[in-house]
Amino acid sequence: MTERLDHRVIAQIVPAGARVLDLGSGDGELMDLLRRQKGAKVQGVELNEQSIYQCVARGLSVVHSDLDSGLNGYPDHSFDYVILNQSLQQVRNIELVLRESLRVSSRVIVGFPNFAVWNARAILALTGRTPVTSALPYGWYDTPNLRFLTIKDFRRFCVNKDFRILGSHYLSTRRKIYVWPNLFASVAVLVLGTRKDPS
Amino acid sequence: MAYLWWLQSQRGQDVTPTHHEDESPLPAGTQARSGWSPRQGSVGTVRTQFLRLGETDGSLHLESGQTLENVTIAYETYGTLNAERSNAILVAHAFSGDAHAAGLHEGGLKTGWWDSMIGPGKAFDTDRYFVICSNILGGCAGTTGPSSIQARTGRPYGRSFPVITVPDMVEVQRRLIDHLKIERLLSVAGGSMGGMQVLQWVAAYPESVQSAIPIATTLRHSPQQIALDEVGRQAIMADPAWNRGNYYEAGQPERGLALARMIGHITYMSDQSMEEKFSRDLKTDRYSFSFRPDFEVEGYLRYRGDNFVKRFDANSYLYITKAMDYFDLSGDKLIPPGRAIDTRFLVMAFKSDWLYPAYQSQEIIRFLRGRHVDATYCEIDSTYGHDAFLLESEEETHLITHFLDKTFREASWGAPL
Repeated sequence: MTERLDHRVIAQIVPAGARVLDLGSGDGELMDLLRRQKGAKVQGVELNEQSIYQCVARGLSVVHSDLDSGLNGYPDHSFDYVILNQSLQQVRNIELVLRESLRVSSRVIVGFPNFAVWNARAILALTGRTPVTSALPYGWYDTPNLRFLTIKDFRRFCVNKDFRILGSHYLSTRRKIYVWPNLFASVAVLVLGTRKDPS
Repeated sequence: MAYLWWLQSQRGQDVTPTHHEDESPLPAGTQARSGWSPRQGSVGTVRTQFLRLGETDGSLHLESGQTLENVTIAYETYGTLNAERSNAILVAHAFSGDAHAAGLHEGGLKTGWWDSMIGPGKAFDTDRYFVICSNILGGCAGTTGPSSIQARTGRPYGRSFPVITVPDMVEVQRRLIDHLKIERLLSVAGGSMGGMQVLQWVAAYPESVQSAIPIATTLRHSPQQIALDEVGRQAIMADPAWNRGNYYEAGQPERGLALARMIGHITYMSDQSMEEKFSRDLKTDRYSFSFRPDFEVEGYLRYRGDNFVKRFDANSYLYITKAMDYFDLSGDKLIPPGRAIDTRFLVMAFKSDWLYPAYQSQEIIRFLRGRHVDATYCEIDSTYGHDAFLLESEEETHLITHFLDKTFREASWGAPL
């Protein structure tokens, strides 16, 4: 089985045996990978009912909830990592969810599609239409995404809101991107901590 | 689904037979079928067994401080207890249920109240698990309750029956589990008041409960739930035939009990399910301009109420609803502070359930999160209202099958996978 590149990158970030909360866990593919490869203790939060059934069929523990209230009740530092992979852009109150994530864990992994990738720019500039790409596969009328952000946008947001970026991985469909990520990367995977974090 | 049975008896239509804890036997000549999914089997013919406490276990000390002697427990079991005694599942019934959870009684036509979920290949797979269901303390289907004969007087207890609580019900179940020499239950499962018993099992004996499946339930009744119970109790006590609970010779307060049940049935459905089942359909083609039941929904409620009084004791109604209202595991009472438990949870609620709304299940989840308890929660999209926990078998089967499978494999191998 070949894993998605963003899943592989996240599996490299998460240390063995870590306690992980996957916000927007979908069908549980990433949780399953982290459990198998890293022996991680994984839990999920997911809004889609059918995805809950798929997670349970994989033997995963998952709570049916939206992400904005998905962290209610967790004590501080309950996890080593909170993951928001391809789900941040569907959150209403991004700052609150990130702060809550950094309350219940010391690290947050955020993965999101980059709206400023070259082919999206080209579609917008040359055709004058909303880009539909492999990383942004939806039409304007049926997208679940509430936000369309670029890597630059998110980095500036982190500076303004005092979130510390501890690591960054930029990806195209098949490979990692090292130069001009805001132009060439279709997906960004960032590791966040707080300013106070000594490490 | 109860409505489908009712339709069948009213109109002779061929509708899918289903299971409801409140079912009357099929009309004579109607073929009984068990299970509505063709790939799954029935546990077949079963019989209710009786365990008498007192001979070995002594008397029962109740939460109220009173003592109850000579308690009898009615129970049924399905499947086989394995040599390690590690595959036992206790299924707790809801308010008006009984020990007959699956299969058919000898010569009987009425399948158990959760037959869709218990049997070979079903959610509670009797090829794999040993399933136990007992009638609750205070009930009227074999386990000691207010209609039971008091040994000391030779007459039914009536109002002299002590007020019992959900913890008392669980204590009785505990005696049964001890009698069966089971130290640890693979799971305790149940909906509605059955879910309260599940939660109480965790509160009282967390080390004996490997997994818990509370469905459409709550840590405590809200004022709305208490109010609805109180209206039911007042309906019974306002009936002159109730006679302060002393009616066993003259006949029970049927009108009050039927009225209480009619109210109950409204709360088990949803606005949408009632629209779909009844709409404003008339029993005849025009209004009668009288107070006869013109609408299908009126006929249905009267039918349910009239059937209920044939099988349920009015005093049991009072005692059991009071036990539900007293039930309260909010705050830290489910798991005391500083105590860690390794019970796994599968919590389910239903979108259209307004009697036990989903927020009450979410409160259970929020509490479990705070205590680092492994929990899965699913809010099933159903229009059936509270009745959904007996009807949405497909979704429940999927979740419970996989949840139990993981729990059982972890238990068998002694370590998490």
